[in-house]
Amino acid sequence: MANTLFINGKECEYTDEPNLLEVIRKNGFNVPTFCYRPDLTQFGACRMCVVEIEGRGIQSSCTMPPEPGLKIHTNTEKTRRIRKIVLELLLANHDRECTTCEKSGKCELQKYAEEYGIKDIRFAQKKDSEYLPIDDSNPSLVRDPNKCILCGACVRACSEFQGHSVLGFANRGSKTVVQPMAGRHMSSVDCVFCGQCQAVCPTGALTIKSDVDAVWSLVTNPQVRTVVQMAPSVRVALGEEFNLKPGENVIGKLNAALRKIGFDLIFDTNFSADLTIMEEASEFIERLSKGENLPLFTSCCPAWVRYMETQHPELLNHLSTCKSPQGMLSSVLKELVPKYFDGYTKENTYVISIMPCTAKKVEARRAQLVKDGRSETDYVLTTQEIAKMIKSAGLNLAELEPEPNDSPFGLYSGAGTIFGASGGVAEAAVRTAYEFVTGETLENLDFKPLRGVDAASRTKDAVVDIKGNKVKVRVVSTLKEAEKSIKQLQEGAADFHILEVMACPGGCINGGGQPRSCDNSKIKEERAAGLYKEDAQLPYRKSHDNPDIKKLYAEFLEKPNSHKAHELLHTHYKNLFANSYKDLK
Amino acid sequence: MTASTRDSADWKRVDGIIDTYSAKKSNLIAILQRVQEEFRYLPEDIMTYIGTKIDGLSPATVYGVATFYAQFSLEPKGKYIIKCCDGTACHVRGSMPVYMSLKQRFGLEDGTFTSKDGLFTVETVSCLGACGLAPVVVINDKVYPQMTTDAMKIIIDTILDEEKGE
Ligand code: SF4
Ligand code: SF4
Ligand code: SF4
Ligand code: FES
Ligand code: FES
Repeated sequence: MANTLFINGKECEYTDEPNLLEVIRKNGFNVPTFCYRPDLTQFGACRMCVVEIEGRGIQSSCTMPPEPGLKIHTNTEKTRRIRKIVLELLLANHDRECTTCEKSGKCELQKYAEEYGIKDIRFAQKKDSEYLPIDDSNPSLVRDPNKCILCGACVRACSEFQGHSVLGFANRGSKTVVQPMAGRHMSSVDCVFCGQCQAVCPTGALTIKSDVDAVWSLVTNPQVRTVVQMAPSVRVALGEEFNLKPGENVIGKLNAALRKIGFDLIFDTNFSADLTIMEEASEFIERLSKGENLPLFTSCCPAWVRYMETQHPELLNHLSTCKSPQGMLSSVLKELVPKYFDGYTKENTYVISIMPCTAKKVEARRAQLVKDGRSETDYVLTTQEIAKMIKSAGLNLAELEPEPNDSPFGLYSGAGTIFGASGGVAEAAVRTAYEFVTGETLENLDFKPLRGVDAASRTKDAVVDIKGNKVKVRVVSTLKEAEKSIKQLQEGAADFHILEVMACPGGCINGGGQPRSCDNSKIKEERAAGLYKEDAQLPYRKSHDNPDIKKLYAEFLEKPNSHKAHELLHTHYKNLFANSYKDLK
Repeated sequence: MTASTRDSADWKRVDGIIDTYSAKKSNLIAILQRVQEEFRYLPEDIMTYIGTKIDGLSPATVYGVATFYAQFSLEPKGKYIIKCCDGTACHVRGSMPVYMSLKQRFGLEDGTFTSKDGLFTVETVSCLGACGLAPVVVINDKVYPQMTTDAMKIIIDTILDEEKGE
């Protein structure tokens, strides 16, 4: 039922919005926020979102539920004054080196300081001796506590999404900080590098570690050949950086941009998503027939893999031995590009992958994925980083003419493309496993119960009838949900044969490296819709129908799970319990 | 994290404390108080352990609570905890010279509170509610009234003699 209230004199409708802020935004008005994130619990700490309500005075709109008839003013002298003071106080304590800050241009503190015309700060600035050390000890994220405004968004993200609480508040009063246990480096605690903390951080306190400079020096080096791949989710989000709609598929434009930047060969991680399905579906069928190592856990998400290695090493036998699609394609490219293309050698070929994901940067450096002394994936750029490269090359992605990618590792099926959304890997696997087992054509390819990326869809179950064999599929996103399924397994109550896990809420479309979207929960749904739309339109919708995949097996890999396939496409895991949090006794 | 060198008896004690409080998140403060009583401070590995043992907590959140409340010490405390009252009455009647003499004797720079041999921790506290006996010093719950620097010296000498005798 719709109620009404008044915003700046205009009568506005609302229904089930949890707070005034959402009502304000839905009706085309806005107030600034730091600590409010729609996918996290409200914290009500920053006071930026204050509004003036007739008869009630000043209220934080992010914590106040709407009531019929309220007369709200979003932009009064008082609210402006409060916001200005908040900004000044925050800036007084802040390392204000904006131009060299990784978040510059995207920082909410910078944006509001500019909008509110903060010119001079009446409070004393931090002394040099008060600066805290910066943590850039891992390949994925950089933590600069001097830029932290204590909004607590990262603390809530790590706790509410991952159930992991790597970050927490410590000390009190003016000494309060947000940090991992005892101020340790993120690399020395049990962080899985999903980057969700960074994705909700309004400032430069948590940022993605940039590999942009390294990649520029590769693409501009005439001695080097650069081969690039991009994950499913990148194509439905990158456009946002160029004012296109979330979910708009820009793969053709991205291909064009990459060629203009100077990448030599352009392939697609969607192709290796198909390859993953060939291997993983076969692995699953084998485990099912032998009754071994079930349920099978997917292994595409490196944050999840690291979580298993550090927290539950006793269950590592459940993880699929398949490398992630990034890992598979890098191995294939390093091995086969020199065979298929003139002028490419193992030495001069560099593989760069474009990922929605900060954890992929850590994955690329795994010892298991190093060959002949080099990481098979030489560099990982997040969607945000490739957007920066495209912009700095003077290109406007939105205006580029779409171009095709290169052959033969570029074709992909709809099954490959839906990998980006939570449930996609499971759906793709079921499409192929069904046909592998029955030898019959699957008529209905849409497994609707496995779809959905909103907060209510973080655990999804489906039963698939494969010729009388009931295969139970469980899909979860966020490690908090994954942990619940693990508990069930440990208690002998697990009722599923496959467990698909993506660490990011909703899957990779909402990965830590995607364009910023933390103030709008709908964006991930639009991105997912973009993937399912492409799936429905592609000529091939099952991984095993992809002609390039057939060709790769015919010419090189023989068949799924063959010796050659194992050598190139499978990996192993390491018990990382030693030195983890839990390794004390 | 690095694996701890603590022996299993210690972990049994910690497990015992956690069990006493039904491994409940809401009992964290009580658990930390007990740990501090038994270990004389909150060792980092034990805080980490508590963070992994209790549902809904993590090492970082336990650390956050431990650093929020002044009652918790993250540094090892001495076998003898000397509390010099510095409430108004004690201050007026000369608590500071007593306190300074202790700091000097144990070579405590600003920001350190425990003697190098780990025997003594020197702290100041506000009014202990025994103003009639000012200045008051409390050593491990034993109250010493009307302290002077000389009396303090004798008390410490006695403790040290006992320690040697042990
Ligand atoms: S990267 Fe993920 S696991 Fe690590 S602190 Fe951030 S949210 Fe937590
Ligand atoms: S690191 Fe960022 S998200 Fe976390 S409290 Fe500080 S400003 Fe907020
Ligand atoms: S869900 Fe996707 S984006 Fe997120 S950590 Fe896992 S692989 Fe990376
Ligand atoms: S108090 Fe509402 S956004 Fe921070
Ligand atoms: S001031 Fe010391 S006991 Fe009251």
